[in-house]
Amino acid sequence: MKSFSLLSRGTGAAFLAPAGLLIGAFVIAPFFWVIFVSFTNRSLLGRTAVDPDFVGLANYFSLFDAATFFTRGEFGSSLILTIQFVLLSAVVGQAALGMLLAWMLRSVPRSLKHLTETVAIGAWILPEVVIAFAWFAFLDYENGTLNMIMEALRFPRGDWLLSFPFWAIVVFNTWRGTAFSMMLFNSAFSSIPPSYFQAADVAGASSWQKFRDIGFPLIRGHVVTDLILITMWSFNVFTPFLLTSGGPSYRTEILPIYTYRIAFRDFDFGKGAAVGVVVMLINLIFALFYLWVMRRRAKGVAA
Amino acid sequence: MRSYLGLYFTRIGFSVATALIGVFFALPLVWFIFAPFNPRAELGLSIPEPFSLANFEAVFQNGFAMRGLWNSLVQSVGGVILVGAGATLASYALSRSPIPGKSVITYILLLFSSVVSGSAAMVPIFLIINGIGLIDTQIAVILVFAGGLLPTAMFILRDFIDSIPKSYEESAMVAGASPVQAFFDVALPVIRPGIVVVVVWAFVSIWGSFLIPFILLRSSEKMPASVAIYSFYSEAGTPIVTLLAAYSLLYSLPVVILYLFVSWKFGFRFFGGIKA
Repeated sequence: MKSFSLLSRGTGAAFLAPAGLLIGAFVIAPFFWVIFVSFTNRSLLGRTAVDPDFVGLANYFSLFDAATFFTRGEFGSSLILTIQFVLLSAVVGQAALGMLLAWMLRSVPRSLKHLTETVAIGAWILPEVVIAFAWFAFLDYENGTLNMIMEALRFPRGDWLLSFPFWAIVVFNTWRGTAFSMMLFNSAFSSIPPSYFQAADVAGASSWQKFRDIGFPLIRGHVVTDLILITMWSFNVFTPFLLTSGGPSYRTEILPIYTYRIAFRDFDFGKGAAVGVVVMLINLIFALFYLWVMRRRAKGVAA
Repeated sequence: MRSYLGLYFTRIGFSVATALIGVFFALPLVWFIFAPFNPRAELGLSIPEPFSLANFEAVFQNGFAMRGLWNSLVQSVGGVILVGAGATLASYALSRSPIPGKSVITYILLLFSSVVSGSAAMVPIFLIINGIGLIDTQIAVILVFAGGLLPTAMFILRDFIDSIPKSYEESAMVAGASPVQAFFDVALPVIRPGIVVVVVWAFVSIWGSFLIPFILLRSSEKMPASVAIYSFYSEAGTPIVTLLAAYSLLYSLPVVILYLFVSWKFGFRFFGGIKA
């Protein structure tokens, strides 16, 4: 019975075909196509739209041109902005806040836990255009809820999207994505045997000591998983576009928005593709690292 | 004694801190609870008096707005059918047939799908859709999402199918069923909860998405709600707040209902975990 298989090779291949075709056409083909286009001067309009020239590495030279690399609105500046955005909103914001929440939720009254989880998850699951509009109203200068609160607390009003656009999208992305980290850490903490914590309680350990010596070390693997996933998502997120369109004067133009502007506003597909290639290379590093961590963990369990 | 007192204070401190963070998460949404029911809603927070459904009436009478919701439904359901059917067949084949290198295939597909994000690949996706003549069609949006979501859907479902004993189908085949019959009549009913999870996840991903329809569609009568919502701005660029608020609420409803359904049925886990 061991060598018996339920599907013949032929049937198996037929079952795989529809998914294979779709993935081939819309995931694998774009991967190679973007590399090819990045070596051309393909555009949306004009002669090069139908008959692009091979330009070698010209698009990459223009991205990494030392003279303009750090100029606002150019590739280098956008890359640095994106790294800051990811570090602040994903690593510091989502992961740290998610960890804090997951830890505190273990010892607060049930109703408070339930309420907090509900609003955090609401922020995470609602459609991005709805969330962006809610934030647009929240940050409005004239009547926005935030300025209303500032006024009540006798602080000056702020024109947040104009004066602090970068911090606005950092806080926005933290707010939007913390639920994922919170839930992941939450379920990781609850997989720790309660007797560990009870023993620490008997010994009179403080909450911080329990976190430092029991909680955190035992979920370190989940922290790595979480950090890689949220870093990749924040690195590719387009949602801030809905709040700021990349402005004012490119100050919130993270790489996905930069790519969009180059390709679909300036119609320079070749250069837009080159940015896409760089983004995919960075994604690839994260994804390979993730798979490596996962495989190592799987082996560790088997051993 | 000191440690009991300590625990008590920790509990109070944590409760206060949690409540404050909870308020941080709730504040931007508070406006969104009142504004849809306020016929004079502005960007400012105000309690409507009286509560009214006038905004919703205006939205229901706006053919373009309703068309947007309908298009969202068409694109999401279309994508979900392809993802659900494609992933079920493919993951069943990966689990049950003697194809060599099965787990390598799954991992490579997963790798590709996480590297080729919508924002990195918007140029080639646009060019491929343009090349096959599907630009500005709803089927283009459906196909692109199906391709992008399939690897993850296959990964989830394969885990699920692997955990089901093969003896179910084997006994069916001993009784004379063909492999295809064993799949449809025996395996499929057992896999159904897994398919439901994948289908809900795919639906919510497509329903809420903005970028792909934004770059692939041109004519306004094909736009899903996520893009159509931007027509509720006056020519000067100021939003028509009353309509926007009511429309946003209508557009969010399916997501909220599906969330409640999933958490009631399966206990909420990582719903919508991987975004396009």
